Amino acid sequence: MSVELTPEAVSAALQEAVSLVQNSHDFATLKANKGLIVGESSALSQLNALIKNLPGDQKAEAGKLVGGARAQLNSAFAEKEAELEKVAAALALEAERVDITAAPKYLRSGARHPLSLLMDQIGDVFVGMGWEIADGPELENEWFNFDALNFHPDHPARAMQDTFFVSPVENHLLLRTHTSPVQVRSLLERKLPVYVLCPGRVFRTDELDATHTPVFHQVEGLAIDKGLTMADLRGTLEHFARVMFGPEAKIRLRPSFFPFTEPSAELDVWHPGAKGGARWVEWGGCGMVNPNVLLAAGIDPEVYSGFAFGMGIERTLMFRNGVSDMHDMVEADVRFSEQFGSVI
Amino acid sequence: MRIPLSWLGEFVELPDNATPHDVMAELVKVGLEEEGAHGGDLSGPIVVGEVLEFVEEEQSNGKTIRWCQVRVAESGDEAVRGIVCGARNFFVGDKVVVTLPGATLPGGFQIAARKTYGHVSDGMIASSRELGLSDEHEGILRLSTIGLDPIVGTDAIELLGLAESAAEVNVTPDRGYCLSIRGIAREYSHATGSKFTDPKDLVALQAGTGFKLEISDSAPIHGVQGCQGFFVLGVDGIDAKAPVPGWMVNRLKLAGMRSISIAVDITNYVMLELGQPLHAYDAAKLDGGISVRRATSGEKLQTLDEKVRDLHSEDLLICDESGPIGLAGVMGGARTEVSDTTTSVLLEAAAFDPISIARSARRHKLPSEASKRFERGVDSEIGKFAAARAAQLLVELARGKLNGVGAEFKAESSPRVIELPLDYPTQLVGVEYSKDQVVNTLTQIGAVVEVSGSVAKVQVPSWRPDLTHKTDLVEEVARLIGYDQIPVRIPVAPPGTGLTPRQQFRRRTLSSLTGSGFVEVLNYPFLSSEQNSWFGKGKVVTLENAMQSEFSELRTSLLPGLVLAAARNLSRGTSDLAIIEEGSVFLGSSAEAVKELPVGNQRPTKEMLDSLNASIPEQPRHIAGLVLGDWISQAPGQKSIEAGYPQMVQAAESIAMAAGLTCEIRQASPEGFHPGRSAEVLINSVVVGFVGELDPALASANHLPRRVGAFELNLESIFAQAPEVLSAKELRIMPAATQDLSLLVEVSVSAADLAKVIAEGAGDLLEQVSLVDDYRGGNLPEGQKSLTFALKFRAADRTLTQAEATTARDGAVALANQRFGATQRV
Repeated sequence: MSVELTPEAVSAALQEAVSLVQNSHDFATLKANKGLIVGESSALSQLNALIKNLPGDQKAEAGKLVGGARAQLNSAFAEKEAELEKVAAALALEAERVDITAAPKYLRSGARHPLSLLMDQIGDVFVGMGWEIADGPELENEWFNFDALNFHPDHPARAMQDTFFVSPVENHLLLRTHTSPVQVRSLLERKLPVYVLCPGRVFRTDELDATHTPVFHQVEGLAIDKGLTMADLRGTLEHFARVMFGPEAKIRLRPSFFPFTEPSAELDVWHPGAKGGARWVEWGGCGMVNPNVLLAAGIDPEVYSGFAFGMGIERTLMFRNGVSDMHDMVEADVRFSEQFGSVI
Repeated sequence: MRIPLSWLGEFVELPDNATPHDVMAELVKVGLEEEGAHGGDLSGPIVVGEVLEFVEEEQSNGKTIRWCQVRVAESGDEAVRGIVCGARNFFVGDKVVVTLPGATLPGGFQIAARKTYGHVSDGMIASSRELGLSDEHEGILRLSTIGLDPIVGTDAIELLGLAESAAEVNVTPDRGYCLSIRGIAREYSHATGSKFTDPKDLVALQAGTGFKLEISDSAPIHGVQGCQGFFVLGVDGIDAKAPVPGWMVNRLKLAGMRSISIAVDITNYVMLELGQPLHAYDAAKLDGGISVRRATSGEKLQTLDEKVRDLHSEDLLICDESGPIGLAGVMGGARTEVSDTTTSVLLEAAAFDPISIARSARRHKLPSEASKRFERGVDSEIGKFAAARAAQLLVELARGKLNGVGAEFKAESSPRVIELPLDYPTQLVGVEYSKDQVVNTLTQIGAVVEVSGSVAKVQVPSWRPDLTHKTDLVEEVARLIGYDQIPVRIPVAPPGTGLTPRQQFRRRTLSSLTGSGFVEVLNYPFLSSEQNSWFGKGKVVTLENAMQSEFSELRTSLLPGLVLAAARNLSRGTSDLAIIEEGSVFLGSSAEAVKELPVGNQRPTKEMLDSLNASIPEQPRHIAGLVLGDWISQAPGQKSIEAGYPQMVQAAESIAMAAGLTCEIRQASPEGFHPGRSAEVLINSVVVGFVGELDPALASANHLPRRVGAFELNLESIFAQAPEVLSAKELRIMPAATQDLSLLVEVSVSAADLAKVIAEGAGDLLEQVSLVDDYRGGNLPEGQKSLTFALKFRAADRTLTQAEATTARDGAVALANQRFGATQRV
């Protein structure tokens, strides 16, 4: 077949090639047709080959004619190619689709025990006020647990029905009944002024029931400085209560008695989020440190004064987070901790 | 302390119709916490009736009832009612209490006319119990037995004081005087400003002579004489069977005491009113005079409860010439007890050393109403008033006569005077109290205050032995003026240093482990001896008074608690478990005990403090974990991964990392662990704990599956090695060269040891070595394995060539060959 290089022929070849491009509906067809469209044997290529045979004065015009058509075709091809590439990529992604709600679990999430978490959280409140956290042994010498805290040797709390004693009893070792021995240790070991918080585990011979456990946790605070008054105690507790129970919380002090404080008070907190509506809840005990306790640490009560307070962590967790039975806190059932995760 | 309101109202003005809750709301302000309300939950019509006749009718259920005709009014249509009654202890002509339809009895029991046993019962004939007067089932209350013969139709509520109610408050141990109506009335007056009349002032004192008293103390406790005062008074001619009036029965009952007999009830009544324990002896049974002395060892006493008590040489005794007749302040003896036939009594009102009484009560496990008061401190001046008041009641209610017999002993004492700087209350409480406020408040509590300059000399009242120091007076001022007056101020602490590095380490450890899937639990530290030996043990700490004697040892390891916790979780249907616990373990020590403790109110010497601290057994904090079941559960495209030793090894590594350290795992067979799947954990060659799997026999004995991963590390040993500050290494950023290396070695050579040798042999260019395969069997020689490591080499200053990497690798092979006979497998 002989082909003549005419504008009509170029136009027809271009049209044919463009329609081939447009009729390639997927990437594979386009690729298969590539030779026919832009290859050596394509109509436009063949027309192009004829240029060299033309007389010199016609070459430029013919070259322009064919070149223009090839440029048009190339751009149509590239456009189609890009379009089909996108489609192919999308299909490939679609082929990888999964049910993401059925993802296997590779990471495990554990949980802190809410009691230990709550103690940490309370610690942070006081660290934020410049206080420090003090620790001490759970198995104590009786002197730190009782004598130094103004418990007379005949005080009923020192009887066997309340306190776990270690055999033989004449060695004066016991499981601490409160975290107050840590206060004594702080006064003996630290430089004044002292602002410490003592969280920890304590022991009393109470049978386990819905509201009692022989092993429980306390947090006690102690501040000894020059010029401290019950107003400082009240302010500190009120701040603490607001952090724990919200800005509406407040505290109330009622006269009471503890061997290690004088004056002493019971501490109630107004709990705005209490189950069944806002109300006063008994929270702990507090007071001004008894001069005999300061003397036990060699501190002059005429120069220094201070306050102490303490509350049960179990009890706090019960009314703050709505735990109704103490068994849940002591039975190590993982479901109890898991419901809190790492938030209390 | 329970307070019948009408009794309280005798000594302090109460508002009309005050309820127990009203009274408690006032008392709480001065420190008497509310405990609850009693009585008052009864309403009429409840009247006196007379039994006119009855017919006994046997029922099909074998029970015999009485169909009674009871007159309940003098006249009128319904003056005579038909009532069915199950009790049979009454007679025709008896006056009884009839609850008519419409009445409500204690416990919300409503009375209505109802059909029963073939009759319409138009009300009920009541027992003492049904009226809330007694807890005993003693049948119908016959009014003649309590000395009453009122006319028919009389309102029985009024007659018997049935509408009376009581408030109950908690009295703190420092305020013994509040274990009396007198003390509570005074406090109510402090809380409200109502007028208070001291019941002591209403008593006409009586005294007798001629009774022989001998007070001695051969063994005072802490140098305090056991008996500080002893007052006796004789009353003759009493009718021991005289009925106890209803109002007294009722008040005793509301106060929580049972009516026994007129003489005993009167002593109890006066004790409740004035706070002074009293004892009544049958004077005819007394042999000669009375002596008060300490017991001698071997002596015995039969107390009122019929028990024979072996006495201790510290027990204070009341004796007559035939021997002990009472354990002072605790309980009287049986020999001289008053009875139905007693006609002459000797009343005793004594003052005893609180500590002596407390010890006796505790020693004999006899906490009585008397000992409770003596332990907490009784007004040292009230004894003779109480005796006189009791004598007066015996005269009024039991037809007694004072016989002029009596005696009084009183140890010498002077009232306590405390110096109080007048500005001290303000200094300690933070409220600006005026001088007048301070003086007036202290005067109000009964103190005699004498001001000179800026100091008050405060003579404390005899009923307040708890006031011993000026801070005690500050509390009186603060509580009476009100704790609600205290302002709010937040003290500024000096700059703090935050959590200590040790405290931060604990938190990081717990966060890291819980962040990778462990759940924190808290177990009791009490174990049986057997449980405590599962993981081996040395010396243990044993409790003297464990709650359950079987579990009297303190844990030496956290793992037994976790094993028990795991079993509990499995029994509740949890099948996959990863738990940890952080806590103290208690290591028995042979440390020197301090037998004699220093006193409480002064700082011990440094040597003494050191000895006290040295006497305390070591109690390092450990962390332990336990895993079982699936670590990764089966899911689409995922096979389950069993929990076991691998997670335990990683847990140990992450704990070391939380202290800024790395640990080494060395195959070992610690007690309680699987001998082939366990290891020691070392940090800088110090053993800090164990990881691996439980001994399957131990697991199975506790109903756990065969594969249970476990670890336990000593946090103190780890932290002791923690660096304060970590220093950074420079990162190499030139391209790395990687090579694999397979070594053929004896199966007994551990991968960790081989990796260590590779690192040493390859030198500084080796950046990382990781085990990627452990191949055994096939064509390998018997007893050998092939371990394949991926090695990554990198230089600090240039791109490494493969040739350089190969040279370094060959160094590793050479050293591995030298140390373990390893050969490279190509």
